[in-house]
Amino acid sequence: MSKKPAVAPAPRSSVRKTYKLYIGGAFPRSESGRSYPVTAPSGEFIANAAQASRKDARDAVRAARAAQPGWAKATAYNRGQILYRIAEMLEERRDQFAHQIAEVEGLELDAAHAQVDAAIDRWVWYAGWSDKLSQVLGAANSVAGPYWNISSPEPTGVVALLAPATPTLLGLTSVIAPAIVGGNAVVAVAPDACGLPAVTLGEVMATSDLPGGVVNILTGSTAELAPWLASHLDVNALDLAGVEAGSELARDLEVAAAENLKRVVRPSAGYDWEADPGLSRVKPFLETKTVWHPIGI
Amino acid sequence: MCLVTAQLAAPDDAGLRRLLHGLPPVDQVGAEARAAKLGTRSIKTTAKAQALDLAVRMVDLTTLEGADTPGKVRALCAKGIRPEPDQPTCPSVAAICVYGDMVPTAKAALAGTGVKVAAVATAFPSGRAPLAVKLADTVAAVEAGADEIDMVIDRGAFLAGRYAAVAEEIAAVKAACRTGGRDAHLKVILETGELATYDNVKRASWLAMLSGADFIKTSTGKVSPAATLPVTLLMLEAVRDFRAQTGRQVGVKPAGGIRTAKDAIKYLVTVNETAGPDWLDPDWFRFGASSLLNDLLLQRRKLATGVYSGPDYVTVD
Repeated sequence: MSKKPAVAPAPRSSVRKTYKLYIGGAFPRSESGRSYPVTAPSGEFIANAAQASRKDARDAVRAARAAQPGWAKATAYNRGQILYRIAEMLEERRDQFAHQIAEVEGLELDAAHAQVDAAIDRWVWYAGWSDKLSQVLGAANSVAGPYWNISSPEPTGVVALLAPATPTLLGLTSVIAPAIVGGNAVVAVAPDACGLPAVTLGEVMATSDLPGGVVNILTGSTAELAPWLASHLDVNALDLAGVEAGSELARDLEVAAAENLKRVVRPSAGYDWEADPGLSRVKPFLETKTVWHPIGI
Repeated sequence: MCLVTAQLAAPDDAGLRRLLHGLPPVDQVGAEARAAKLGTRSIKTTAKAQALDLAVRMVDLTTLEGADTPGKVRALCAKGIRPEPDQPTCPSVAAICVYGDMVPTAKAALAGTGVKVAAVATAFPSGRAPLAVKLADTVAAVEAGADEIDMVIDRGAFLAGRYAAVAEEIAAVKAACRTGGRDAHLKVILETGELATYDNVKRASWLAMLSGADFIKTSTGKVSPAATLPVTLLMLEAVRDFRAQTGRQVGVKPAGGIRTAKDAIKYLVTVNETAGPDWLDPDWFRFGASSLLNDLLLQRRKLATGVYSGPDYVTVD
């Protein structure tokens, strides 16, 4: 048998990923058809991301509103499992995230890996909270009368989150996880370069049994999208994490949010995303329901 | 067209078949492409505000449930009269559409407002009842004060080719609409979701118009698919051609499945581009809908206030 002549493999052009939005469990392009270039801190071009418009924000709120009752009705145990599943999926894509974060944030690979690990640990930490919130935040109250009087935390509804620009993955995790663990649905705005890890995080969520619409991710400009979300009457709460503390934008958003009494989490300058957050981002998105149940009837 | 005149005088199966099967066949791909194209028109700002108000005025606000109560009908009437209680500029809807037994309740609630009462009759939605029962159903609704009657055609007879039976039934119901010296408008429901082909939709439209329909209506809302844009486009072409040949103008009412203001505006564009501006009036074009009204109101508010509103701020029904 004669040996086949050695042939050099044909040159292959790589398939590049299209970064789209994550709305209602699907990955649509922006309704506006716009995109923006994402560059590394060095100025080097990385990829184009979809630039969400106000109509994408409206669609995302609609998707979140549709998904929220089912998510709130799921048992706390089930919600915890799904958050844990997100951590599992993240762990499997650890290297992918590390490389992406290193690229968009201009970090050393070691530091990027450390951030991914911190994000994974945070998902696990919040997963553990899901079935403990009602014990810690609820109460069986003593009342002067023949009643059982029970207070329990209830989700507030649809939460709009303005994620910080950095740290990308840890920042997104730290605003999304505490909002959804109690049964809310969210619309998260991932600004500028944060858009790339955000969409990849969307892919993780789409494969983690998280019902479509519970988390919606818009990439683009916070300054463009935030006013529409802050004034949207079907949004119940607003996390301003990604807005500069004390800025005019932060003030305007709070004024707009007052129209329908949204709960607002104010930004704080120099917030440490690595520190233990406690329940500081969980409690604002839960309302206390108190039930009086007569005894002996 | 002499065939038309002959069939207007004395319908018979063979003659109707010659007439209806002689209509130019529908180009399915073309009709769907044309409807899709018309759906891409962008209507903005002042034109959108006008379109939304016109759409509100064209709504037949409908409740056709086994669980309808007098209270629900009265609430619906109140909403139909003043859809936005705090905004006097918001027009009333065209009519409230209910089952026949709810006509007295609706009539009393709408007295003196100009909002009409439409009643479904003739064994709605299946139409499977003896003719005498269907006529009695119609007469009862008209006597109770219904201004408009929505009847269903006998789809079984139509699909079996018994066109004369369908025509005679429509004519008989039209006569029943004139009970007691009144002249209730007759809307004929073709139930296009059960007619299988676009050619059948076109034939049924002509058959209904020849038999005396004042309006032709796509669907009962109980069968899927209900109203679609291509089907409505065909019906609009039919009423346009019918007026050109006979001089009589017939209205069109798509019903079922139209839930968003965006959809409603697509229909209005199609009306204007197909039948013409003569049909852009609640007397000649209606939407059979229940949840559409809420979306129209939300869009009206978005235009007025500049912020997105939500379902918490409109009534549930």
